[in-house]
Amino acid sequence: MLLSLVKRPEQSKAMVYVSPIIALGLTLISGILLFQIMGVHPAQALYAFFVDPITTKYGWAELGVKATPLILIGVALSVGFRAGVWNIGAEGQLTLGAICGGGIALWLYQVDSVFVLPLMIICGVLGGMAWAAIPAFLKTRFNANEILTSLMLTYVATLLLSLLIHGAWRDPDGFNFPVSRIFSDSATLPIIWQGTRLHLGWILTIAAAIAVWVLMSKTIIGFQIKVIGQAPKAGRHAGFSVNRTIWFSLMLGGGMAGMAGLFEVAGPIGQLLPSISPGYGFTAIIVAFVGRLHPVGVFFAGLVMALSYLGGESAQITMNLPLAVTGVFQGLLLFFLLACDVLITYRLQFKFPVTSTRGSKHV
Amino acid sequence: MPPLLELKGMTKTFPGVKANDNVNLTLNAGEVHALLGENGAGKSTLVKMIYGILRPDSGQMYWMGEPSDISSPAIARSLGIAMVFQHFSLFDSMSVLENIALGLEKGIDKATLEQQIVDISNRYGLPLDPDRHIYTLSVGECQRIEIIRCLLQNPKLLVMDEPTSVLTPQEVSKLFETLNRLSDEGVAILYISHKLDEIKALCEKATILRAGKVVESVDVAGESPQSLAAKMMGQELPPNPNDTQRKVGDIRLDIRNLNQPPEDQFGIRLKEINLQVRSGEIVGIAGVAGNGQDELLKVLNGEQLSTQAGAVSIDNQPCANYGPNQRRALGMASIPEQRLGHGAVSTMSLIDNTLLTAFQRLDLLSFGFIGYPRSRKYCSAVVEDFNVKSNGISVEAGSLSGGNLQKFIVGREIKQNPTILIVSQPTWGVDAGAARTIHNALRELADNGTAILVISQDLDELMAISDRIAAICAGSLSPTTPTSEITIEQIGLMMAGVTGDVTGNVMGGGQC
Repeated sequence: MLLSLVKRPEQSKAMVYVSPIIALGLTLISGILLFQIMGVHPAQALYAFFVDPITTKYGWAELGVKATPLILIGVALSVGFRAGVWNIGAEGQLTLGAICGGGIALWLYQVDSVFVLPLMIICGVLGGMAWAAIPAFLKTRFNANEILTSLMLTYVATLLLSLLIHGAWRDPDGFNFPVSRIFSDSATLPIIWQGTRLHLGWILTIAAAIAVWVLMSKTIIGFQIKVIGQAPKAGRHAGFSVNRTIWFSLMLGGGMAGMAGLFEVAGPIGQLLPSISPGYGFTAIIVAFVGRLHPVGVFFAGLVMALSYLGGESAQITMNLPLAVTGVFQGLLLFFLLACDVLITYRLQFKFPVTSTRGSKHV
Repeated sequence: MPPLLELKGMTKTFPGVKANDNVNLTLNAGEVHALLGENGAGKSTLVKMIYGILRPDSGQMYWMGEPSDISSPAIARSLGIAMVFQHFSLFDSMSVLENIALGLEKGIDKATLEQQIVDISNRYGLPLDPDRHIYTLSVGECQRIEIIRCLLQNPKLLVMDEPTSVLTPQEVSKLFETLNRLSDEGVAILYISHKLDEIKALCEKATILRAGKVVESVDVAGESPQSLAAKMMGQELPPNPNDTQRKVGDIRLDIRNLNQPPEDQFGIRLKEINLQVRSGEIVGIAGVAGNGQDELLKVLNGEQLSTQAGAVSIDNQPCANYGPNQRRALGMASIPEQRLGHGAVSTMSLIDNTLLTAFQRLDLLSFGFIGYPRSRKYCSAVVEDFNVKSNGISVEAGSLSGGNLQKFIVGREIKQNPTILIVSQPTWGVDAGAARTIHNALRELADNGTAILVISQDLDELMAISDRIAAICAGSLSPTTPTSEITIEQIGLMMAGVTGDVTGNVMGGGQC
């Protein structure tokens, strides 16, 4: 029996949604093999990884906490990806959001006012946007590849944060540890579920996902983005500007990544640290694609990815597994997804050896 | 001697449609054989099976009397079958030479290949610079590459899919000389075309397909273009409506001393273009592909802005610095040459594609939100009025046949009641029935007072529908001449950049 790929006459709509599920299944199967090789009982390991983290109320809340930045950034990036703008530097924009918003918190640490938090959010968003403005400018002015520029700026952002924490912004009462002051109560996001760490950011994230869904499916801006992404020349003919779309995509991505960064430092972390994100800005790229660049899909993909973070920690604690398992699972999922996406334009065909030839021959 | 190629009972079914149903065809060496049929009749499917791109569900092919299973283009080429496609497969960022080298089975050193290309291009009148990049070339020039690529293989059978739509009359007759020479050398030619005059001039035999079945195989000599058309369509073409003398009104589109540098280094610079189009008038611009037609369309519809605002005026309003939507607001609509990717987005529904150019003029937005019910209604009206055959209005634009998509795009613009319409290649690769629909729609629009500018490489089309004709060559536009006072040969000279009195002595020539 032979297996071959045959091009479909048109793209399969169903496969668009089935492919992530197949990819998830294949990831689990690979996980079982992986655990087997590591000499761990696969059922126990998978339980520890995927089920144990959400057996408690606290676990569910943590899922929301981890999913907040992933969904927020994933939703924004999916808009850019649809426009063909490859912003890979959300991690850096997240860091700048944390620096700018966190800077406000440190500056106003003695001020007790309801306006501190909104000001922090605004500055966080502006910080992320400013960081994304650099690739946007370079792309529109010099046609510099935004993949490279945005990615490289991530490393600059991380070092900038490190510089500040080790220098000017170090906590004066912190025994020389490289951490900032702990944010005051008015600079911290309110908890929306008592007894957990689930904060206001979760609500704002859901609101943002809905807003982006409306933007993409109901408005001319979303339409414009889709047209430019699929046929730039047709977009020009329709009077849409490619440069404006590039700016819009990067500003949206940068702004929402900046907000996510601010939510991290004003939420679960509560201060500025040299490292504020376990790679949310990069994982959000996977989230965007697993979620089919659609806000609803991104929401669920964000939850799955958040679970992989929790699972990694849980597996580390209960099974003594290395934390790298998280990265392996995330990588496997993206790998299988990209592979399964072939099925959108191709279908598998099983060929059985033909017993009789028709007397035809190759020349 | 057995025939060169014989097809028996070729059948191919696609989901929902029988593209070829028991098709028989016989082709002898040195024969020029026309394959005639409307879009969707199954011509492409048949030649794709001959060239090994598609496998037949049933049927048998005989090559020089031997049963042959042509399962891939490589096998087809090794047998001596070459094909010039309607859609080109060229890499934009590579040079002509590199593209041709890529298609060759065995390696050859660059200098030899370049010499061969130059030889063939001289011998067959297909001027081509081997070092230019594809993205700078026009459709016509890309086609030349494909033809040369085929001729390099010394084929026994050359399949040509609508080859002449991008050539000047002089070039067409030169190509026909080439094809006749090839046929004298024993090469069989399978020639797909809608242009019945050409088939009359070139082909000995014609096989007519309709809805996947062979209607008849005829000797062309015994047929008239009208009888061929009737066999192809299954009915007589409705007669051309007599051109009633239209009332020509005020100047609507005014182009004065338009100079436009090219966007990229190989583009065409538009030089000192002057042209006025009046209300109720159809003005045609002839020209060989790649002489500035694309650039002219873009600078007129606002895709490219000019710094001299007064270079283009709509109803006396200088607008050369306005974008496409500002010009639409002033009443201008445009239809680009390339249907998929420029005029329409192939992966989007017809509804979305309607929205693409109609959202502003038809006021389909409220506060930036898309009014889908009204868009749907407009889209249905376009599909119905222009007889677009599609499976509903939610299907992707890319699923429509060329002719139907063109009718859709033309309808989308015309039903917005533009006061100026600029249309490039309105019927390129479109079957006779759809072309007739489009031409009639353009005439009717002009009757209602719209100023229409038609940019086309199809001279028969321009002669049939335009009131005045000019030709564009290397970015310069000739003065216009009333269509009634000019012959096709004279336009051909203007297209080749011959200056002076084209109706009298030829003053000098230049290759475009």
